[in-house]
Amino acid sequence: MFSANRRTLLRATGLVAAVLGALASTAEAQEKIRIGYAISKTGPYAGGAGITTLPNYELWVKDVNAAGGIKLGDKKLPIEVVEYDDRSSSEEAVKAIERLANQDKVDFILSPWGTGLNLAVGPTLNRLGYPHLAVTSVTDKAPELAKRWSNATFWLGTSAQISQALADLLGKLRSEGKIGANIAMVSIADQFGIELSAAGREAFKKHGFTLAYDKTYPMGTQDLQPLVKDAIASNPDAFVAFSYPPDTIALTEQAQLLKFNPKIFYVGVGTAFPLYKGKFAANSEGVMGIGGWNADSPRLKDYLARHKAATGKEPDRWASSITYASLQVLQQAIEKVGKLDRAAVAAEIRSGTFDTIIGKVKLKDGLLQEVWSVGQWQNGEFYALAPASLSGARTPVVPKAQWQ
Amino acid sequence: MLLVDIVLPGLVLGGMYALIALGLTLQYGVARIMNLSYGESLVAAAFGAFSLYSGLGLSPLAALLLAVPVAMVVNWLLYRFLLERLMRRSKDRGAQEIDSILVTFGVLFVIQGAMLVAFGGQYYSYSYLSIPLTIMGSTLAVNRLVALLFAALVGGAVYLALTRTRIGTAVRAIAVDANAARLVGIDVAALSGLAFAFGGGLVAVGGVLVSMFLTFNAAMGVIFTMKALVVVIMGGVGNVMGALVAGLLLGVVETAVARLVDPGLTLAATYALFLGVLLIRPTGLFGRAAS
Repeated sequence: MFSANRRTLLRATGLVAAVLGALASTAEAQEKIRIGYAISKTGPYAGGAGITTLPNYELWVKDVNAAGGIKLGDKKLPIEVVEYDDRSSSEEAVKAIERLANQDKVDFILSPWGTGLNLAVGPTLNRLGYPHLAVTSVTDKAPELAKRWSNATFWLGTSAQISQALADLLGKLRSEGKIGANIAMVSIADQFGIELSAAGREAFKKHGFTLAYDKTYPMGTQDLQPLVKDAIASNPDAFVAFSYPPDTIALTEQAQLLKFNPKIFYVGVGTAFPLYKGKFAANSEGVMGIGGWNADSPRLKDYLARHKAATGKEPDRWASSITYASLQVLQQAIEKVGKLDRAAVAAEIRSGTFDTIIGKVKLKDGLLQEVWSVGQWQNGEFYALAPASLSGARTPVVPKAQWQ
Repeated sequence: MLLVDIVLPGLVLGGMYALIALGLTLQYGVARIMNLSYGESLVAAAFGAFSLYSGLGLSPLAALLLAVPVAMVVNWLLYRFLLERLMRRSKDRGAQEIDSILVTFGVLFVIQGAMLVAFGGQYYSYSYLSIPLTIMGSTLAVNRLVALLFAALVGGAVYLALTRTRIGTAVRAIAVDANAARLVGIDVAALSGLAFAFGGGLVAVGGVLVSMFLTFNAAMGVIFTMKALVVVIMGGVGNVMGALVAGLLLGVVETAVARLVDPGLTLAATYALFLGVLLIRPTGLFGRAAS
């Protein structure tokens, strides 16, 4: 009798617990918005993710939660984060996205860092129906991919746009008689370098430039002096490097050592990093590179201060502010839709107009159009120079001052 | 003059390769530990130098005085409490190698994780002795020359210590046959620990010196492990002179290919040279014939 009673009691307790649990979980689902991401905390992409992407995810979550959360109907819901390390591997990134969607059942997924990983997780996010803010990807395939994946948006322009803007800028300087026709170009031998240099070759030719030196180098090259020496021998007016951060630093260092003073010194990814200014100090003055931002904008000044306070370091001057802006767009799209309807949010991101730290954002065919391609260090700030048609574009300082 | 302009920068680059490989020669060749966390230790030393330089304004060369003893103690403890048991447990060299690979693979993630927590994933770089020096018409960076100088001095000193001293001879005896060494009264555990710790000290020298001119982050260790492994195997496992020569050879070949053929082919040239050496001398340039 007693045992039967105990069994009933146990059963009843179990039932109550299950009901309570179900109640609690539905209550919880309404109290938080779960946002997940897999990011490269280790592996070769950790360097880029650690400066451009992760700090902005953290800053945004902090800012949103400090303001009470994301407004859904008449309620504000704080964000809860689920984070994984994709170890810079495509398979890991895809697996983590599946896990976020199926196991953690997050409401939204933020993108990984870099062109390769964004392209790798693209089909999965598309199949699962999550909005995909592929901010840190630069590829000529972007317009085509945006057509194929209605949930995806691209924010840094295409390789052709970046090279084109640089060529236009150099072309204008040449027509003003500030530089001659010789360009020395080096690029890293991976998809990023190949796309940019291919587009560059064409665009430079169109503007009547001669490529006096045009070479690629493999990733992880530990001495770039041979390249710089041969570039010097070609006696260029402009030195253009589509390089990655360690090489960007090494090329600049070698140029200084060899007293290589072309009128234009343009280096690739990493020029816009605070590390560059920190390392080269006064010598960064006049150096051009990928990216740039309108540093006089009060909103970006405010963003810079908040980024510094929250993460202890300055943002990079290329994709950082765009990453943050993309998150603001996500938030505003969710608030406009008013419910956790991912398809509707994805459509709103594509069609809506949003107010962000980089100004009014309105995507066209899933692509952000107003992207800075060329920046220059002027008075300790990396100002945007091109495309010159965008508001806030600065006048380039040419020729670059001699290395000190 | 192009020849000087290839040979001198090539030697300087090769000096760096030799420098980062010296520690592994001792740890792998002599102490018989295939240390997969080698590159991470090197990057940890680079971070140490960076912190001392940016925090206290201490020159990396002065930081060596601190980094090397610390690294030796840490590596000795690692050997004494983690690796020695494995060495005792496994019967033959093959099993020892597999065990040490597995354990140091774990150590790799511990060191990398600690660095990620402390420094995050972003790149670090600072300038020290980035001064041009023109020798016979070829301009070189002083910091890279210092690395070459250290590689030559340390490599030479270790070579002499191994060949001319009693302890060195005992250490080499262990490398040849640990069991036979025990029979003639050599304290294998103590001396292997010493060799491993000393190798750890050399890693620290490499890490501190390359931090003066290379941009690094917490995830970069594997690049150094790979390069060191190529140099060590090419030079002949356990042979310090071999590592020195192999490193310098790689540097000169890479620079020559970059200047004369195409900079895009430097990596291909490295591995072609590596393969070529292994085909002709499977035990490396200075390696003994397999017993």
